[in-house]
Amino acid sequence: MTKEEHRIVKGQIMVPYELALGRTWSNFYDYLKEEKIMGKKCRKCERVLVPPRSFCPRCFEDMDEWVEVSQEGVVETWVYVNMPFFAQEIKIPFISAQIRLDGSDTGFIHQIAGIDLSDFDRVRETVKLGGRVKAVWSKEKKGNILDIAYFEPVK
Amino acid sequence: MAKEYRTIRNDVALPYQWALGKTWAKFFDGLKEEKILGTKCAQCGKVFVPARTFCPECFKDMAEWVEVKPEGKIITWTLVKAKYYGQVKEPPYIVATIQLAGTDCGFHHFIGGVDLGDFKKMKRKLKRGAKVKAVWSLEKKADIYDIAQFVPVK
Amino acid sequence: MGKAVAIIGTGQTKHGRRSDVCYPDLVREAVSAALEDAGITLKDVDGVVLGTMPSMMEGVSSTHFYFAEAMGAFRKPVMKVETCGSTGQSIGHCGFYWVASGMADVVLVVGSEKMSEGDGQATMTTVFDPFFQRTFAAGAPGVFTMQSMEWMYRFKIPEEKGREAAAMISVSNHDNAMDNPYAHIRMRVTMDEVKNARIITYPVRLFDVCPASDGACAVIFASKEKTKKICKKPAWIKGLGFRGEEFFYGESDKAIWMSATEAAREAYRQAGIRNPLKELDVAEVYNPFTYQEMIFYECFGFCPRGEAPDYVLKGTFKKNGQLPCCPSGGTLCTNPIGATGLIRLAEAVLQVTGKAGARQVEGAKLALSHAMGGVDQFNAVTIVGSKL
Repeated sequence: MTKEEHRIVKGQIMVPYELALGRTWSNFYDYLKEEKIMGKKCRKCERVLVPPRSFCPRCFEDMDEWVEVSQEGVVETWVYVNMPFFAQEIKIPFISAQIRLDGSDTGFIHQIAGIDLSDFDRVRETVKLGGRVKAVWSKEKKGNILDIAYFEPVK
Repeated sequence: MAKEYRTIRNDVALPYQWALGKTWAKFFDGLKEEKILGTKCAQCGKVFVPARTFCPECFKDMAEWVEVKPEGKIITWTLVKAKYYGQVKEPPYIVATIQLAGTDCGFHHFIGGVDLGDFKKMKRKLKRGAKVKAVWSLEKKADIYDIAQFVPVK
Repeated sequence: MGKAVAIIGTGQTKHGRRSDVCYPDLVREAVSAALEDAGITLKDVDGVVLGTMPSMMEGVSSTHFYFAEAMGAFRKPVMKVETCGSTGQSIGHCGFYWVASGMADVVLVVGSEKMSEGDGQATMTTVFDPFFQRTFAAGAPGVFTMQSMEWMYRFKIPEEKGREAAAMISVSNHDNAMDNPYAHIRMRVTMDEVKNARIITYPVRLFDVCPASDGACAVIFASKEKTKKICKKPAWIKGLGFRGEEFFYGESDKAIWMSATEAAREAYRQAGIRNPLKELDVAEVYNPFTYQEMIFYECFGFCPRGEAPDYVLKGTFKKNGQLPCCPSGGTLCTNPIGATGLIRLAEAVLQVTGKAGARQVEGAKLALSHAMGGVDQFNAVTIVGSKL
């Protein structure tokens, strides 16, 4: 089949959204502004969830108890990302990681930075599964998840 | 209270590259040459515009290409005044379903050549069954806007 | 389990980069092939189920609307089911439930994707919420690599061993795809080539991951009465299972993956399978990533937890091994997402009905098919057999 017959039409679709955070998530961001990481505790199973949810997914009960968790925790898993894709928010290379903060019963996704990311072999010597990391705050708080700028490995 | 119910803006922009396939590519090439091309089913004899690869009724490949007159009659129409994100034309404008002569289906496009300020006059001119004809764009890009719009025939 | 249900026909497109056809025509290619295989026409179809990735993938929302003609669905009842990567299995489950309920005799199930028309990784980041997780998304490779690393760390699998086993899986799947005329990637790779290929997200490399494919698959489900009348070689649904997990990544353990374990357990219970490694003849496992494939082997009870690499290195899952996995070349060689889970089912059907051509596993009578979806959230299993 000749190239002429493979007609391709290029286009871009832009769709705007305005999403409601709800009370729990609005409050979580307010606490980030004060450089506090807050989770919520389920009165039934007593798990502490970060980010907080308005209800416990396992018990299906409302969660109303706020608990401050540590700003330090354990790396449960991580990945070095050097792959470009459209409208990526963070410049590559970056490290996406699942971190469980002390006092929380769930891991959550953030990034590990504050180290030289250019040499992957060097990165592997510093970032370890089971290693400890601690939060570093952004100077300017915009009310989003990057108010925590990143987590950096603790010696 | 209002402070607790925050919203955030989040826009999603995604790029696409749609394959047209042979049939639609040929249909748009036809528009470039100011021809409206349909395809005809060997089994039921129906003619569809835009051209299709297969007959939706019979599920068989279409047998032949047919050049269709760039005129037809209005099946239905509406005056668009509402605004929405990503609109192609600035309202007010008219969209219509038109049955081109010799085809067995409706076809969407714009209707122009009427005074958009006078709704009563508009209703009189654009009755169901009213005859319309295509007006071509000067610049052709092999897309649906190579037809600029349809206008009422006197 | 409801009434007995069989699959009486399957159809697939030639998967790959299909810029020769528009998307609806691609769907019709699979539907026509399935109708021909079953020996029926659209007139015989009582209902249609369609599944694709969420509409942003190709930029035309409501694909069940877009393909109305292509799947002969207008003037018929239609259902659309989406569970991301496991869509292909979910639509099969939907077709099964429809016929098993006794409310339809023949249901056409269609899965499709045209990955070349959109930006797959960018679209898939929208599966994550924009409040907490999307910022750090690294596409599918990011998530599956994190999971694989967590698993290797948990079970203290040395990096070398994991790498060797994953490479063997890649070589095996690529070899198998050479016998599959529908597969997208049809080229052999060597262990060295796999281990030294371009890094995607360490330790995952180019030949450890699936391609982005265009393709469609159609499968026809029929009631026992209808099947007995018109089908000489049906494949009977013996058991199915589906389990989902929480939305937030980090809430559930992905190294000991409950949704995969429980979905398989449910399917085995329905099919009366006690020892899957012994009783299954073929397993078409959803395997877009070689490392992750080993986690599935463990969750499906093919081997004890933490020992999948050992079983792989012994050759257990090769085409001539104890339990051939993905004789079709699997998802690793063909991945049109909305169709992929259904292709696993179609391949399982071809195996137990003896219609798998060069990729046939001799004497196959009982086969498992599977797919995973979301951010490691959904797992679905369907088991088919040649006997009712």
